[in-house]
Amino acid sequence: MDPILIQQLIFNLFLFVLASFVGFELISKVPPTLHTPLMSGANAISGVTLVGALLIAGADSGETGGMVTKLIGLIAIIFATINVVGGFLVTDRMLEMFKKKGS
Amino acid sequence: MDFSILIQLTYLVAISFFIVGVKRLGSPATARKGNQYAALGMLIGVAVTLLDRNILTFDWIIAGIVVGSLVGGVAARKVEMTSMPELVALFNGFGGAASALVAWGELSRVSAVGLDIFSLVTISLSVLIGAVTFTGSFIAFGKLQGFITGKPITFPGQNLFNIALIIGLLGLSGYFAVVPEDPTLFWIVMGVSLLLGILMVIPIGGADMPVVISLLNSLSGIAASFAGFVLGNQLLIVSGALVGAAGLILTNIMCKAMNRTLTNVIFGAFGGDQGGAAAGSGAIGDLTIRETSAEDAAVQCAYASKVVIVPGYGLAVAQAQHVVKEVAAILEKKGVQVKYGIHPVAGRMPGHMNVLLAEADVPYDQLYDMDQINPEFPSTDVVLIIGANDVVNPAAKTNPASPIYGMPVLNVEEAKRTIVFKRSMSPGFAGIDNELFYLENNQMFFGDAKQSLQALAGALKDLD
Repeated sequence: MDPILIQQLIFNLFLFVLASFVGFELISKVPPTLHTPLMSGANAISGVTLVGALLIAGADSGETGGMVTKLIGLIAIIFATINVVGGFLVTDRMLEMFKKKGS
Repeated sequence: MDFSILIQLTYLVAISFFIVGVKRLGSPATARKGNQYAALGMLIGVAVTLLDRNILTFDWIIAGIVVGSLVGGVAARKVEMTSMPELVALFNGFGGAASALVAWGELSRVSAVGLDIFSLVTISLSVLIGAVTFTGSFIAFGKLQGFITGKPITFPGQNLFNIALIIGLLGLSGYFAVVPEDPTLFWIVMGVSLLLGILMVIPIGGADMPVVISLLNSLSGIAASFAGFVLGNQLLIVSGALVGAAGLILTNIMCKAMNRTLTNVIFGAFGGDQGGAAAGSGAIGDLTIRETSAEDAAVQCAYASKVVIVPGYGLAVAQAQHVVKEVAAILEKKGVQVKYGIHPVAGRMPGHMNVLLAEADVPYDQLYDMDQINPEFPSTDVVLIIGANDVVNPAAKTNPASPIYGMPVLNVEEAKRTIVFKRSMSPGFAGIDNELFYLENNQMFFGDAKQSLQALAGALKDLD
């Protein structure tokens, strides 16, 4: 395997592990009151795969199999956008209702 | 012109917004801002990606985003707060499917023979995790919605079969990376992964849904992260890992709240277990229950100094959150101190009850966790248990034969009086008889939770 590819892989693994630790730290002290919005908000963030879907759907359709690739990309964009837009909106709707006494 | 450096640096900005956003989601006062930060990060990340030189056409992208935004936006606006677990499961499934499709799309774009071994393995793994998340989430959705039975669906050798499937999938993924010329291997990986998602969730009982939803949430993050490995995209790798870790933490919290291990939840086929129900009823024998009426309950509550309300899934089913708030308001006007005691796994997803009560304008500083409310029960006059069952079952502490033995529960029986609002004597979602119903200081208020509470509110008003 190409040494540059291996280097890139190791770099990405570093990011993966470090980001996981950040995630653990961020979430471990969240009060139970916020578990549902937290989960739906995190869920919306996982729709970031939309970025990947854009790269697939925007590919050149002239190549062999180009149409198939674009079709896969289109469905991926629709699914990921539902996840992102719906997720952030519904989380906002929930959090709008959380009020302190007297406010 | 090549914008790749600009794109990379902007991704860093987007990731920072995600991290700050999730951090702010951790406190009720800043949570709404936090969610908006995360959304802004997403907007930045998506917008800058459009500058990528690999994106040559925009027609399909615009079409996809318009359709997705419409569907997601309408669903988010229309959904009832009681159906939040279903919606989150559904969104989750779409996210997982999208990640699997991205990996598949990359395979289709570059073609298998043009990819190195490592990329092929990550593609297979992304498809595996994404597909499992997709079908698993839809089964969970079906169970929550009720068109698939909430009871565990099991067959002999199920666990062994599932484990064999997982090992087989990993083996196939590796084999496909070595001989990428044969696309059938890839189709098999995809098909079996879809099947695995179904098989992993059908044996899990409805009472364990909070754990399943959290776990699937985590998997959808990991799927996005793996798709990032496939594309060499750091925004996906980092944000996916963040979500994956967050989901795992919540899964762990839910497991602890039920005194179960994750392995036990996935392989235990718990809930609606016949043997467990028999063991429970045998210990209770033919003890009697005491019924109460709206008038009687109203007098007891009106002359109490402290009332604790314990909501459960039954409250959500009956859409009774607004009436609960009305009863609480009348009591508070009479000078009664009202608190809400919420078990971590009450409802069908973590924090579900809190959202419902927030919808009914109950301030969040009136909601108490299990650890906060348990020391207060001895000084409580009346506990109103509305649609909750297993989370107040003393058998969890006293009866080692009970399937829920060892699960931390709300010690409602320490209060002077408990009133259980329930449709009938049928057992709870876990299918276990509840010893609380037969205790001396407990009364049963039979009927639909909403109607019963309306009757209680009416009786309270008549007391003036």
